[in-house]
Amino acid sequence: MEVTAHDILLIGGGGAGLRAAIAIAEANPRLDIAMVSKVYPMRSHTVSAEGGAAAVIAPNDSLDEHAYDTISGSDWLADQDAVEIFVNTVTQEMLRLEHWGCPWSRQPDGQIAVRPFGGMKKERTWFAADKTGFHMLHSLFQTSLKYGEIKRYDETFATKLLVDDGAVQGVVAIELSSGKIRAITAKAVILCTGGCGRVFPFTTNANICTGDGMALAYWAGAPLKDMEMMQYHPTGLPQTGILITEGSRGEGGWLVNKDGYRYLQDYDLGKPTPTPVLRSMELGPRDRLSQAFVQEMEKGRTLKGPYGDYVHLDLRHLGEKKIDEKLPMVRELCLNYSNIDPVHQMIPVRPVVHYMMGGVSTNVNGETPLKGLYAAGETACVSMNGANRLGSNSLGELLVFGARAGAHAAQYVTGAPEPSARLLAQAADEEKRINREYLNRTSGGERVAVIREEMQHAMESAAGIYRTRKTLEEGAVKLAELKQRFMAVALDDHSRTFNTQLTSVLELAGMLEIAETIVHSAIAREESRGAHQRIDFPKRDDQKFLAHSLAYGNAQGVPRIEFAPVTITRWPPGERVYGR
Amino acid sequence: MADKITLEVARYSPEHDGERRFDRYEVPLHENWMVLDALNYIKDHIDGSVTFRWSCRMGICGSCGMLVNGYERLTCEALLADYLPGPIRVEPLKNFPVVRDLVVDISDFMGKLERVKPWIIRQPGAVEPQREFLQTPEQLETYKQYSFCINCMLCYSACPVYGLDPHFIGPAASALALRYSTDSRDQGSEERLDVMAQNEGVWDCTVIGECSVVCPKHVDPSLAIQEYKISATKAWFRNLLMPWGGK
Repeated sequence: MEVTAHDILLIGGGGAGLRAAIAIAEANPRLDIAMVSKVYPMRSHTVSAEGGAAAVIAPNDSLDEHAYDTISGSDWLADQDAVEIFVNTVTQEMLRLEHWGCPWSRQPDGQIAVRPFGGMKKERTWFAADKTGFHMLHSLFQTSLKYGEIKRYDETFATKLLVDDGAVQGVVAIELSSGKIRAITAKAVILCTGGCGRVFPFTTNANICTGDGMALAYWAGAPLKDMEMMQYHPTGLPQTGILITEGSRGEGGWLVNKDGYRYLQDYDLGKPTPTPVLRSMELGPRDRLSQAFVQEMEKGRTLKGPYGDYVHLDLRHLGEKKIDEKLPMVRELCLNYSNIDPVHQMIPVRPVVHYMMGGVSTNVNGETPLKGLYAAGETACVSMNGANRLGSNSLGELLVFGARAGAHAAQYVTGAPEPSARLLAQAADEEKRINREYLNRTSGGERVAVIREEMQHAMESAAGIYRTRKTLEEGAVKLAELKQRFMAVALDDHSRTFNTQLTSVLELAGMLEIAETIVHSAIAREESRGAHQRIDFPKRDDQKFLAHSLAYGNAQGVPRIEFAPVTITRWPPGERVYGR
Repeated sequence: MADKITLEVARYSPEHDGERRFDRYEVPLHENWMVLDALNYIKDHIDGSVTFRWSCRMGICGSCGMLVNGYERLTCEALLADYLPGPIRVEPLKNFPVVRDLVVDISDFMGKLERVKPWIIRQPGAVEPQREFLQTPEQLETYKQYSFCINCMLCYSACPVYGLDPHFIGPAASALALRYSTDSRDQGSEERLDVMAQNEGVWDCTVIGECSVVCPKHVDPSLAIQEYKISATKAWFRNLLMPWGGK
């Protein structure tokens, strides 16, 4: 087996991974940095983010207001030390990206322009029209090319963390083009593999968002935090789940039911006005808007379509000029994928799985409880998003905490021990396992796609916008059955060359674990908070659950769930007030 | 509308016979389904060994470029119904080595991208602003269209010059070089001009602009290459007339 050694290894080449890599190169140019990514970095899912990235820059804004919006938006589950670091640092990070060439939209005098976003009391969302993630990712990737010390393993899939004496010291990974299995060692590993939306059937997330880093950490013994907190974005296109940005409501779009009525006014989100009011109506937080949709559906006031119930997002009153200037991609997506022109027609939308607030548990430096293992971005749970992330906080998060994880890892490796020779035996075992369980197995009878689809539908029934103990327990039973059946999965494809069915089955193994952590964490949290709404426990319970859930892997099967307190600094838990 | 359509998918594996063949698959024809949806249907339900790249399925990640009935397309934006009654022939992009089935090796482009220095270059001693660089909407407009390149490689597949001369830096890399050189924050246009001038292919590029025609994001790489020719010619004359570096 080919073995290569580096100082620090990044798993994932999206926004967080690239920002971390640059931070390491800047902190210590002598370090040998390597990036393992299952796709070319510029294909990473950061590319699909649309609306923008929040950072205080307007003269009428303040860091405390950004912090309060984030914390109240999180339904007080965010760790307030993490939020304070975030709001204090994100503007500087965004300016750095500006200096690296990100084409931010501007005011006429050349200053950065900002737009309103959901749950934010001030206009503070920087944007590059409605392709913000695309421009941020390409700016980061192209800037990273300047740093020759960042060695890349493109299209290489990490299957296992190598751990010796409690310290993470590398990965085993498959080079897709050749099928070669490699051991790549390092003194520290930073997981930046993004979210896990593909655990659900209807998601904005790309095909690659399969939670790989969460599974790697979990298998190695690190806990996953707040996994019950899956965000539904209120406006996805039916059928495909393609995201229609919250920026379209920031620019003044309305949500209307089948009678053309702006129904959010019935859900304690304020009164309708012709122009947008911050923290009100369509600019309320995503959890409340997605929940309002379900209630509206139960009242029979949504529209029926072949791909489920939907409501309308009306942008017509914004006019063609504004739509083309501020929301060109929304128009392009609607035309391409729904055959709708938002200049003249209302857009059918429904809530769609969008973002995992939970993830690999880290502190504010990106450190996980496992020595040498870091995580940042959507893979990680710092936690600054708590039970509900505000739109436009995730792009800033990957910059701030990507950079912090990188800088901290750069310090850590200076005194860290060299990777142990014992890792090679582990790597050889992993190679044998992949051959035995997948590449060489020809019988078994279960198909990857069938198990994946059954898992996705089980998750929607069990852990959707509203949950109960009953739906969750049924989900848990189904997942246990699927894990059993997964043991008999057999591939059609036994090739070594670019075997994407092999990567699919490895992703599915991880997703089944992640699905279990979501369901069992949701069973344990007997309250309703943010994105986690239990019909059988409809109230928030700060006495018992002002706490993060931590899911630990367990050889006996289902994850073990523990709780750890939330860090409160300056904002004691209060009522979330929108529109009044 | 018909309820089924046939795809003829190019198959190639270096491990087996190494010969290219076409396999035929019949797939259901759903409203709004794209060629990519049909490929995924095949992979999930008929033949899990069919190999292709895809990710975002919304025309922004740049992974799923292929030839559809001989034309370069992002398969996530190619509506199945537009190809009725079929069959639809799906092949890998041209001008790249094929890794397997519909997957091509784009490492040549990845090297070229790095060569054009696609990052903001500041000269030593340049004054950096405390806050943002001021950049008016008009200044943004001068480079904006070039910044939309998603590196999908359709332009390299369609480029007759790249097909004949693999040393040609090519359309997307040229567009991205100009994207930075025309950004008001950048001071590196001369360095990039040196890189561009090194490659002969620029002079073979005609104004036919297949690259610009196939670009799914409305970038105009052909224009970028013509701009380089003008800049390079100006620089050449300047050196000829003022060999001591007059500016």
